[in-house]
Amino acid sequence: MLGVDERTELQRLCRQELPGLYSLARRLGGVDAEELVQDTLERACRSFRSLRDPQAACKWLRTILTNLWRDRMRRDGRLPDEVPVEDERDFSLYRTLEEEDPLPYSDTLHVDFLGAFSEHDVHVVLERLPLRYRAPLVLRYIEGFDATEVATLLDLPDGTVMSQLHRGRQRFERELWSYARESGLVDGLAMTADGATEGTNA
Amino acid sequence: MTVHEPIGCHEAVAHLWEMLDGQLDELDQRLLDRHLAWCLRCCGELAFARELRGMLRARSEAPVPDDVLRRLETFIDDLPAPATGEAPG
Repeated sequence: MLGVDERTELQRLCRQELPGLYSLARRLGGVDAEELVQDTLERACRSFRSLRDPQAACKWLRTILTNLWRDRMRRDGRLPDEVPVEDERDFSLYRTLEEEDPLPYSDTLHVDFLGAFSEHDVHVVLERLPLRYRAPLVLRYIEGFDATEVATLLDLPDGTVMSQLHRGRQRFERELWSYARESGLVDGLAMTADGATEGTNA
Repeated sequence: MTVHEPIGCHEAVAHLWEMLDGQLDELDQRLLDRHLAWCLRCCGELAFARELRGMLRARSEAPVPDDVLRRLETFIDDLPAPATGEAPG
């Protein structure tokens, strides 16, 4: 009963990877995450026998999901693959924290600042990034694909992905700072010295 | 033997994530190491970049809502036996 064993193994694998797949679908954004996960599982079921190394199953499923996401976004004209990467002004969160010193009583300012962000906060900050930065960052730094694999997944030249990663990192740092100020995430951060709430510094 | 100009903080910071990614070539790595050997501030930037990467990986999970989880688990229960080979993707 080869089919039954394979089906059981596939179901076990799908259950195990379900939270990660859903999370990836949400972080990539722009599509119905539940529907994308269902389509991924269906596709995985159809091509399960092409999976030769069970150790690679996690990455294999994420590759299927990202390919489906990319094709769907492109079909809907929402994948900005031809959009040139704009110039992001240099921004260093490390130095901004040193200069602004939002936690004057902290001996470990930088670590404490990052420690103030919950999972929800980080997710919101990621959602604020333009797609051309968010997708490479998610695939590279959360899912662990290397830069060349990211380029293949997004069907973009390696150099474009490298630029997007570089600018995306800076944009992510800038958005962390803006979000912390706007939301008052760190005590007193939303208020300026004269007591007025400031906007973003983007 | 070619003598290379030392790099400044601006260039060093621009290379930190690439270094953590293991994507610097030998020359850039050597120039960055030389800079980090004396620049405390860029060492701080490097430690911060490590923290930031860790935060991004560990704290960006989007949990599956209970109702969605139930529907997806039912979907998995109903999956048929895998078909014969097809290329992934």
